[in-house]
Amino acid sequence: MKDSASKVLLNGLMKENPIFVLILGICPTLATTTSALNGMCMGLATLFVLFGSNVAVSIVKNFIPDKVRIPAYIVVIATFVSVVEMLIHAYYPVIYESLGIFIPLIVVNCIVLGRAEAFAAKNTVFRSALDGLGMGLGFTFALTLLGTLRELLGTGKVFGNVIFPENYGALIFVLAPGAFIVLGYLIAIMNKLRKRTV
Amino acid sequence: MGLIRTSLLHINQSTNYPINTSTNQPINQLTNQPTIMTFILIFISAVFVNNIVLAQFLGICPFLGVSKKINTAIGMTGAVAFVMTIATIFTYVIQKTVLDPYHIQFLQTITYILIIAALVQLVEIMLKKVSPPLYQALGVYLPLITTNCVILGVALLVIKKDFNLVESVVFAISTAIGFGLALILFAGIREQLNMVKLPKGMEGIPAALITAGLLAMAFMGFSGIVK
Repeated sequence: MKDSASKVLLNGLMKENPIFVLILGICPTLATTTSALNGMCMGLATLFVLFGSNVAVSIVKNFIPDKVRIPAYIVVIATFVSVVEMLIHAYYPVIYESLGIFIPLIVVNCIVLGRAEAFAAKNTVFRSALDGLGMGLGFTFALTLLGTLRELLGTGKVFGNVIFPENYGALIFVLAPGAFIVLGYLIAIMNKLRKRTV
Repeated sequence: MGLIRTSLLHINQSTNYPINTSTNQPINQLTNQPTIMTFILIFISAVFVNNIVLAQFLGICPFLGVSKKINTAIGMTGAVAFVMTIATIFTYVIQKTVLDPYHIQFLQTITYILIIAALVQLVEIMLKKVSPPLYQALGVYLPLITTNCVILGVALLVIKKDFNLVESVVFAISTAIGFGLALILFAGIREQLNMVKLPKGMEGIPAALITAGLLAMAFMGFSGIVK
């Protein structure tokens, strides 16, 4: 019983959203969502890595002995991360500065290795590509949402556009504690919504 | 007394300590002489002010995963401290002797992750022999140290901050202590949290995250002590 292609794609977006449901890859989620733009860029960088590593892993899965598969996957992922890092450094230096060490840290994002091991190692190239795309989009969606909320609550802006004057913003939401609290409430709301639909 | 005075003098001379932006240059031992005071500053900064978990968001996975009991939290801290210190030394030496001289810094990420993966394997084998109960308790989280961003994060931060080897080791150990402090405090709170009835949907991760937020708020009180 194989899921249809569209189901694979949508799976990562809602039903198994990496942040809200699987709770994987929380570190970059909390750290880079100080603004909607930062969150989205981080999401897109991870999307690229997820897509690339999923495709690459599903291509080479039959050549890799079972025992060394995890190190092999990590090397594949690290390669794609290096590519992303150099691309962002070359074309978007401002974003490179604001994301800082969290770009190389995509390597240790559990969601990337998790999908390589759980999905790409068992499925065809096409389906793995779709899964990578879906999961990446789900991740980007979650990060953008969190970034938007934090930016709005903290500074009254969304993507730099003023929604309400900055004086009314609570700076705490841009700082570290705000990240934990906003994500906590978001996951709680998602839990509640999912219980209702099931 | 004389020692303290000279060390204070050194501090005055090297006030540019965290922002030494001569990147890709081997650190000049004479101009960047570490003093006891520098180490204390690094320590306080890493443990309290820029706590790795609560202010920098590294290592959230084990923070949420093994913080259900204080004992496992302590074990995890030990494993992380050990791996982190060794990994930082290894990655630092490789960076300064191989990557920098040959200008292959773009291989940094791959090299680091391979070193860390190998070290974790080593620690796992050792721990299995030396302390089976601890090995059992840590369970799946031990291999997961490889994908623990704290280790890679610290290895990268050390290079970014342009520390020398001794400062790097102090930084790694302090960071591990900061990680342990946050983890053990959090485990203590979570043990109490289990006895409370929570609204549906808030149980588990959401409640833990909000608790972590409050803990982070408490740690914000330290900000401003050290830059």
